[in-house]
Amino acid sequence: MEREKKEKAYEQYVKEKTPVHNVWTNMAKAFVTGGAICVIGQMILNYCNQQGLSKEISGAWTSVTLVFLSVLLTGFNVYYKIANWGGAGALVPITGFANSVAAPAIEYKKEGQIFGIGCKIFTIAGPVILYGIVTSWILGVVYYLLIKSGVTL
Amino acid sequence: MIKGSQSIQFEKAPYLISSGSIVGKKEGEGPLGNKFDIVGDDDLFGEQTWELAESTMQKKACLLALKKARVRPKEVRYLYGGDLLRQGVATSMGTEELHIPMFGLYGACSTSGEALALAAMAVAGGYGEFMLAVTSSHFGSAEKEFRFPLGYANQRPLSAHWTVTGSGAFLVGTRKSHVRITGVTVGKIVDYGLKDSQNMGACMAPAACDTIVQNLEDFERNEIDYDRIITGDLGYVGQSILFDLVKKRGRDIRNIHMDCGMRIFDQKTQGTHAGGSGCGCAATTLSAYILPKLDSGEWRRVLFVPTGALMSTVSFNEGESVPGIAHGIVLEHC
Amino acid sequence: MDYINAFWVGGLICAIVQILLDRTKLMPGRVMVLLVCLGVVLGFFNIYEPFQNYAGAGASVPLVGFGNVLWKGIKEAIQEYGFIGTFMGGLKAAAVGTSSALIFGYGASLIFEPKMKK
Repeated sequence: MEREKKEKAYEQYVKEKTPVHNVWTNMAKAFVTGGAICVIGQMILNYCNQQGLSKEISGAWTSVTLVFLSVLLTGFNVYYKIANWGGAGALVPITGFANSVAAPAIEYKKEGQIFGIGCKIFTIAGPVILYGIVTSWILGVVYYLLIKSGVTL
Repeated sequence: MIKGSQSIQFEKAPYLISSGSIVGKKEGEGPLGNKFDIVGDDDLFGEQTWELAESTMQKKACLLALKKARVRPKEVRYLYGGDLLRQGVATSMGTEELHIPMFGLYGACSTSGEALALAAMAVAGGYGEFMLAVTSSHFGSAEKEFRFPLGYANQRPLSAHWTVTGSGAFLVGTRKSHVRITGVTVGKIVDYGLKDSQNMGACMAPAACDTIVQNLEDFERNEIDYDRIITGDLGYVGQSILFDLVKKRGRDIRNIHMDCGMRIFDQKTQGTHAGGSGCGCAATTLSAYILPKLDSGEWRRVLFVPTGALMSTVSFNEGESVPGIAHGIVLEHC
Repeated sequence: MDYINAFWVGGLICAIVQILLDRTKLMPGRVMVLLVCLGVVLGFFNIYEPFQNYAGAGASVPLVGFGNVLWKGIKEAIQEYGFIGTFMGGLKAAAVGTSSALIFGYGASLIFEPKMKK
């Protein structure tokens, strides 16, 4: 008990002592970065639409293009600089997901195809895929039961 | 001679005969850049991986220290070495070719103190004429080991440290030089329950305080008996906490404190936030910056206190706290 | 107009997430998981689709949109195939984002060498 109290007190003290990024400036940077990436996405989307592609296919092309650009920038060691400035602005868009796949793939290639690239490529992206699938499955079951019991959503 | 509860004062104090330092590009661009023996230009040192690069740095640092003293590897009785990698492979791979009987150590970033203490004890005990102490760290291999792949887009908090790419080696022995290791204070593990591995300064400051105050008590000295009290890698956050903690114990070291992690990088221009860290941080700074000042007599007596945060990625993921440790080495001009 | 909407909505989502990064102990990995799960939940409650119609890429490019796509896939599969659809739709709908990231990421590992941060 005594120890726990002391640890809490120290944690609180450290919190006061530790400088943190100015949240407003950081939010502004994230806003600009994230917004800009989404605008690029919108440009691709609009271009595909103009070419007469369906909404779904246009969306697919947008994702693929953004992912490709992000992987390229990761390879050229540029993406982390964007993230260093833009923070969540570079993390939240699908480009951040692509970076989280490409970065370990490049870094761990030295450890081989299977245990290096193969395993570690999922270090960060794996949880995203896993929990996305599990969450949507659970809600899918709920949705199924709702339909069966006659509720429409 | 045993001093107090944790310290040793050597009756025949071993000499710190020579040292070698080798660092990466960013460290070379820092405030101490022109003081290091070797500055690499690509952080790979001619190797294929960060891990091998770290090993190569260790080997080169050892050879540098030996060359300066004109001592052949064969003449060295034991080697005490350590690094930040799992199972200490950087040391195993790096020192293999030297064919010196060795002890592999782990004390996180405090390893340079641990190695120097053990080397000095072995010499003082009469178990050999020359002992080598060497430690290293590499930004690339440490990031892989403890954090993220290098290309990953994460924003570092202001309390985060920047692992120093570098290695420092020290030849300790009975042959005369201008610096002696007159005493050591072996540190205890101190854990204030902090779990934030991105704030290592705060995790290690209690250990540093404990060792520093213990050293002063064991040797019955005052703060002013030291020209400098030099911690390894507390950084800006850790330093301010250390001042507070030491003050609570009735001491004041504000005027004589220096931190290697704060000295090796320029926080304003190099984006290193809290400062440098890693086994290489304290070791290279000791070799390139502190020892020359002791050698010339500008400083007569300093307390060198490398600090370590003892965590692993597993203990961190399992929600354990990050305990700290610090060892005190008393270095004197002679 | 759609550019302005994409910009401010996408930017706003990122700005809000920045607070999480700066003021909580949530690491980037956890935040990404959270966003995708949030997208699934918002999709389930039929909130995300109308939102996306307004914001376009501003809603589909952030990872929340990825979650929404996952949900849409599952929903459609359930409507078509019943219970077994809960296992069918998700990955299928998320295939573009996942496959492209894996394929290009693997390609990058063949071409690029690890580099130091500056």
